[in-house]
Amino acid sequence: MLARRIIPCLDVRHGEVVKGVQFRNHQVIGAIEPLAASYAAAGADELVFYDITASSDARVVDKSWVERIARLIDIPFTVAGGISSIAQAREILAMGADKISINSPALRDPELINRLVDEFGQQCIVIGIDSYFNADNGHYEVFQFTGDENRTQKTRWQTADWLREVVTRGAGEIVLNCMNQDGVRQGYDIEQLRQLRPICPVPLIASGGAGTMQHFANVFTEAAVDGALAASVFHRGVIDIGELKGYLAQQHIAIRPLTTKVL
Amino acid sequence: MTVVIIDTACANLNSVRFALQRCGVDALVSADAEHIKAADKVILPGVGTAQAAMRNLHQLELVEVIRTLQQPVLGICLGMQLLTSWSAEGNVDCLNVIPARTERLQVNQLPLPHMGWNTLSAVGTDRWLPFNPGDYAYFVHSYAVATNDYTIATSHYGQTFAAMIQRGNFYGAQFHPERSGAVGAKILKSFLELTDADTRA
Repeated sequence: MLARRIIPCLDVRHGEVVKGVQFRNHQVIGAIEPLAASYAAAGADELVFYDITASSDARVVDKSWVERIARLIDIPFTVAGGISSIAQAREILAMGADKISINSPALRDPELINRLVDEFGQQCIVIGIDSYFNADNGHYEVFQFTGDENRTQKTRWQTADWLREVVTRGAGEIVLNCMNQDGVRQGYDIEQLRQLRPICPVPLIASGGAGTMQHFANVFTEAAVDGALAASVFHRGVIDIGELKGYLAQQHIAIRPLTTKVL
Repeated sequence: MTVVIIDTACANLNSVRFALQRCGVDALVSADAEHIKAADKVILPGVGTAQAAMRNLHQLELVEVIRTLQQPVLGICLGMQLLTSWSAEGNVDCLNVIPARTERLQVNQLPLPHMGWNTLSAVGTDRWLPFNPGDYAYFVHSYAVATNDYTIATSHYGQTFAAMIQRGNFYGAQFHPERSGAVGAKILKSFLELTDADTRA
């Protein structure tokens, strides 16, 4: 049976892993490789590396760490942030990333999605969506440039419409980051994810809000997402991935059990 | 031992190369027919579409080279599908070294691509089987090979499909052993340890 995926997300800035709250106030956590290796060993099903400076910062960013990760770990990983051209995507994939995730550049140039899918195949093109619930009008609104609070801005898209647009253009997976929940550990946005699940024909990954093991169980059973992404609960040691998987198995959720070396 | 990863010009070759390095083998990435023929083991990776991959193999004049290889050959993901006779992805004739067809997965309302970790089941007991039934491997695909006499492992997503196939010296894995943790590493090591006698069995 296909397992639900547990996906630690590592925010990378200048080659180090950092962490902020609601996209702000980033603190350095540590070097990339040891953190990546420890998550893989702990039973993470996949890793996401999100270069948070890149998309809102036009400089050329050093991505040599991607190849170092590819040499080191034996689980799939995605690189997000700062990829806005076929050439940049090719470089990241050639270094050994399994998938690339596009967010703001796709909003600026939706046709980019089609070009990436044609060039590299649907299976490696992930679209990240930053969605904010506007309590004033009751709409889920798509934001861009969320890596930099000074440039973060609302787009013309409502989330459901943008989701339909990107899957029509060939996106192979969606990571829905629910901004209201990000970093505050009050639980995933079950309501929003449940609304979007039926219109998402590709894998859907929940992001933003994980605080307890129960939150993971809820998002899998109530919103039927394929994976759950989290950062702070793993970085701060609030939740141990092995324990989380044991807990989810007890709740009869299909997960890949943590195995020690099989050789 | 020399291992050649066939440079299909559309694949994520480095992740396979790095996985072999973790198994202690420095593989050569090449599209040179002489290098491929001389290798002890050959790996045919593949990412992208069957149509594009077959077009590249024709342009590189590697179709007959691969078809006539006698040493163990492992096709990974799309590379496994290329070993079959035909793929619905672009309605394209493939290498036809394992009689089977590649069709789009029939999954009803389940999300596609089939992406993530899924369990492997063994077919038969007398074949090369480098995993334990129930082990998880990492899959990413929307097309799959139908099960038949050449299936050595299956998995299930909406339908049962071939997770591994074998005929003679040709082996295929629909999943990505290079990204399947310790299970994948064990499968790669078993492949690297195959002998000529194994492939004649």
